[in-house]
Amino acid sequence: MAAVQWHSCERNYDAELQRCRPVAMPVEFGEYHPLKPLMVTETKTRRGTRKGSTSSSSSSSSSAPPDPLSSMLDGTDPLSMFASASATETSAMSHISSTGDLGRKKREKQEEVVGSDFELWSSKRGEILARFTTTEKLSINLFMGSDKGKGPNPGSSAVSEKVRTRLEELDDLEEGSQRELLNLSQQDYANRIEELNQSLKEAWASDQKVKALKIVIQCSKLLSDTSVIQFYPSKFVLITDILDTFGRLVYDRIWTMCSDPRPLPESFTLEDVNDTAKETCLNWFFKIASIRELLPRLYVEAAILKCNRFLNRSGIQETLLRLTAMIRGVGDPLVAAYARAYLCRVGMEVAPHLKECLNENFFDLLTTFRQISGENVQKQLVVQRVEVPEYVTLYSPAINWILQCIAYRAAESLLTEMMERCKTLANNAMLLNSIMRAFRPEFVAARATDFISMIKDCDESGFPKHLLFGSLGRSLACADPPEAERLTILNEAWKVTTKVRSSQDYINCAEIWVEFTCRHFTKREVNTVLSDIIKHMTPDRAFEEAYPQLQSVIRKILTHFHDFSVLFSMERFLPFLDMFQKDSVRVEVCKSIMEVFIKHQVEVTRDPVILNAMLHICKTMHDSVNALTLEDEKRSLSRLIIGFIRMVSFGRDFEQQLSFCVEARAIFCNLEPVLVQLIHTVNQLAMETRRVMRGNHSRKTAAFVRACAAYSFITIPSLSSIFSRLNLYLLSGQAALANQCLSQADAFLKAAVGVLPEVPRSISVEGKLRSSESFLLDFINNFLATLLVVPDHPEHGVLYLVRSLLNMVQDYTWEDNSDAKVRIYISALPLLAAMSQETYLYSIPNMDSNETLYGGDPKFLSEINKLCETLIGQILDHLKALTRDEDCVRRQSVLAFSLFGVLLAHGDLRNNKLSQLAINLWNLSHKHGHCETRVSVRTLEHIRHQAQQPNMAHLSDTVQRLALQSRT
Amino acid sequence: MSITLDIRLKRANKVYREGETVSGVIVLSCKEATQHHGISLSMEGIVNLQLSSKSVGVFEAFYNSVKPIPLISSSIEVAKAGKIPGGKTEMPFEFPLHTKGNKVLYETYHGVFVNIQYTLRCDLKRSLLAKDLSRSCEFIVHSLPQKAKIVPAPVNFTVSPDTLQNTRERSSLPKFLIRGHLDATNCMISQPLTGEVVVEKSDVPIKSMELQLVRVETCGCAEGYARDATEIQNIQIAEGDVCHGLSIPIYMIFPRLFTCPTLETTNFKVEFEINIVVVLQDDHLITENFPLKLCRT
Repeated sequence: MAAVQWHSCERNYDAELQRCRPVAMPVEFGEYHPLKPLMVTETKTRRGTRKGSTSSSSSSSSSAPPDPLSSMLDGTDPLSMFASASATETSAMSHISSTGDLGRKKREKQEEVVGSDFELWSSKRGEILARFTTTEKLSINLFMGSDKGKGPNPGSSAVSEKVRTRLEELDDLEEGSQRELLNLSQQDYANRIEELNQSLKEAWASDQKVKALKIVIQCSKLLSDTSVIQFYPSKFVLITDILDTFGRLVYDRIWTMCSDPRPLPESFTLEDVNDTAKETCLNWFFKIASIRELLPRLYVEAAILKCNRFLNRSGIQETLLRLTAMIRGVGDPLVAAYARAYLCRVGMEVAPHLKECLNENFFDLLTTFRQISGENVQKQLVVQRVEVPEYVTLYSPAINWILQCIAYRAAESLLTEMMERCKTLANNAMLLNSIMRAFRPEFVAARATDFISMIKDCDESGFPKHLLFGSLGRSLACADPPEAERLTILNEAWKVTTKVRSSQDYINCAEIWVEFTCRHFTKREVNTVLSDIIKHMTPDRAFEEAYPQLQSVIRKILTHFHDFSVLFSMERFLPFLDMFQKDSVRVEVCKSIMEVFIKHQVEVTRDPVILNAMLHICKTMHDSVNALTLEDEKRSLSRLIIGFIRMVSFGRDFEQQLSFCVEARAIFCNLEPVLVQLIHTVNQLAMETRRVMRGNHSRKTAAFVRACAAYSFITIPSLSSIFSRLNLYLLSGQAALANQCLSQADAFLKAAVGVLPEVPRSISVEGKLRSSESFLLDFINNFLATLLVVPDHPEHGVLYLVRSLLNMVQDYTWEDNSDAKVRIYISALPLLAAMSQETYLYSIPNMDSNETLYGGDPKFLSEINKLCETLIGQILDHLKALTRDEDCVRRQSVLAFSLFGVLLAHGDLRNNKLSQLAINLWNLSHKHGHCETRVSVRTLEHIRHQAQQPNMAHLSDTVQRLALQSRT
Repeated sequence: MSITLDIRLKRANKVYREGETVSGVIVLSCKEATQHHGISLSMEGIVNLQLSSKSVGVFEAFYNSVKPIPLISSSIEVAKAGKIPGGKTEMPFEFPLHTKGNKVLYETYHGVFVNIQYTLRCDLKRSLLAKDLSRSCEFIVHSLPQKAKIVPAPVNFTVSPDTLQNTRERSSLPKFLIRGHLDATNCMISQPLTGEVVVEKSDVPIKSMELQLVRVETCGCAEGYARDATEIQNIQIAEGDVCHGLSIPIYMIFPRLFTCPTLETTNFKVEFEINIVVVLQDDHLITENFPLKLCRT
């Protein structure tokens, strides 16, 4: 086919725009309008005043015509029918459950007594096990059935005493139960106990109730053994687990006995319990009442305390009080304390409203405290080589637990009473500690000064004061003491804290008090505290052991100080940060600071203090990036640094801002997203300058915007992502054009064209390899649109940028079987058509583009037309080649149709040849039936519509010749 | 052709009093219909007396004369010879607990030398080829409440080296002072024995404190009698060196079956005592004895 002469059709953009605009039409009242139901019908009365308004924002009134949507859904909608049906169902179900299961209400009531804020035993368990350990060898001494002879087994009278004992011995041997396990390590011991727990369950499951009881008795007997005393708290935990299991088994069994016809509700009354169950329950209590040894009797009865519910109403309360008194018979104070803890624990579980027994327990405990210094205990400690302080700490889990139970939702007056009692006991330190930890922080805070004086008075033996201050500080961290006392409290507390020798102890205590300081004091006090911490932690690099605490200090400061100018004006803050010398921790800390900064810094800042400090912190984060850093980590670091950069603004001082960007670029060169942000910032800076100058740059500002362009130009090449580079070149080029920096803009665009050949055929997007083609097409289309306003360089030929782009497109190695190249050609045609117009569609203010430069010079136009010819020729060649198979034919059809579209829109169809070409293309695209008929129909309609416009009459001829493909 | 026989009492706790009716069912279960020669049920209450081995020598002549004392006895025929259908058959029965003449139904008691026991026994006779089946079931009788009202009278006690009676070397004893009280020594059998004990001072640490419940059984007649004290149970109330000056509760539940209201008849006696035993760490044993009078209300 001979080359087709190109003629662009002349466009009158303004007129076209005018035509395209929707015509505003006043709506008469009563006329149909889709928004009408929203109108208020009241307007009828003041019709005259409201006539102009087409719609009203008032809500519809009742007389408004029904919304068609809602009327359709009215009632009969199957979905809503289902929904309403299920709603009634659930309500019915909940009704059933509420009537059938009264227990739930009762349980809720109980929960009111013990809320979720009560720290459960299960959470303490692990802590105790981890804390009280030993390397000594342990022993388990089990004498199954040893109390048989002594127990209530007077048995049959027919057998003589002697024979009976013989028989019992035989029994024992049979069971193989008399054994002593020596030399167990702590782990072995725990395993053994767990084995016992298992065999208890097995025995129970196989209906050997007596054996189960024996196991439990023997286990609780182990609790009277205080050899290897350091391990006692852990032993207590292990063994009480077995007791808990036993208690549950017994309770559940009796419970199921009662739930024969239907399950027993949780809040059953005595009448619901049948006689058999009562008898069984009674049997258990009789059996347990005859256990010979005190401690097993105590523990086992406590374990099945809950079963009292089956027998009588007041049983639990009476039993609790009786058992409390019974513990007085336990001579060893430690054993007794733990027995009390167990009783309190069971009591809290079963009957949390019974506080009386808790208090009794605690007062008894206080009375027996003097035994610790007694001869017996001291002797034992000497034998076991345990120091008194260590021995005293063995009590803490038990006492803490008892006090926690007592103090739980207790009245304030109780605390006063406890304090008094504590004073009478010469301010026992451990006790004081437990009291402070157990009672509500508000109560403690209100008496902070009293506590401090008590702490001062208490004897140091066994319990270091910094722990006491730690506990006090923990309370004060959650509740505020009276305002007037705050400073004294801090001073007193810090006086003690600062004297603590061990750095570990020191930081543990100091960390707690930082919270109090931050809450109530200014930066001055916090600064003092920080400097004290630095002073203590620097010698011997003690900070290395205390990173978690130091981090927590930072966290606490950050939660209270959101004003970063205040924060960084603390002299010791940055030196404090310097203590984090382990890289990972350091970055962690920096990140947490940045998070807070981004979250709380609302206004942009130019404060040099903040900038310096933040730059320092960001630099630390940036410097942690190395080859091994994960992508995600880099991303999060970049996000934080970008957040900071966005917050920096020097207002009108643009040069300073630019120099900040220069500095930032030097610092953050390893994080690409940060560099991208910096380029954006600089481009924005240039545009901001333009806005300030209202488009007319002075010499100085012109130089500045050129500097900005230069910044971008030298920064972009250092990016590795090719598409960020391309897009930034284009963007910076646009910014340069807008600022009348022609040569810079040229350079950007040329650079972009130069980079294009480097675009790989596939790129990785979100970890998946994808073809880059669509990205590239998008970019080039965008680029072409910009080229319309770029004036030609006087030293280069006409349209040299367009040419070099098209050349590059031609040389680029496209994918096989790809139409991308031709598609670009097709989209270049509209650009060229637009360039040949007298007035361009858009232009940059204060900038001459080609329209002015050439002024519609025929030479220029013929250049354009020549270019178009070449392009069309190329496209047609390509179309011809596309006949190989079905797929090619489809592509051919699509391409032909899009070229037809371009011709229709931009070509002058008055020209016969062009019009012939258009008709040929139409036919080609319809030849194989791959065209969508709907689109064709719409196109034809559009052409007919166009033909009615002035100067467009020729189109009607063309339309005549465009045949719609008949449906096959 | 297995068949099982069981007696089930209506009351879960099997406790009855004089004048009440013992009721329940005999449960027969077999796979197929079974022939039998009659089922009978009998109720019996007897007192078994025995002499301890140490008394036997002295009272040999008398030994044989100790015969069980019947308290109540009756028997009924439940079913005449016939056939039991397969499956589970329940036959209800009732026995009124009435004594003849002026006999009294003593409370059930399991002791060493005296046993008071009430049983139901069901016999199923079968043909010569199959063994007869029999099943017995004990039920418990509580004596009628005593009419006289008990006024609890606390008993105080003080134990020190001076108050001890049979000591060999009073001088070698360590010094101690233990005070306390029992809330009552005439106790209701259904209520626990309560009281308090306080170690005021003790030179030697205490190893253990125990409550020992002792039964004193006397069997005899006109020719003489045998009296034996044996332990029923021993309950530890304190372990280790308890805190001085702190009152430790005394608390003991009277075990069922092994205790009964204090009983005194022409042929035998059953009495109870409590011992408060304090063991010192140097193994000195100090015992304080209190006779108890148990009753049922």
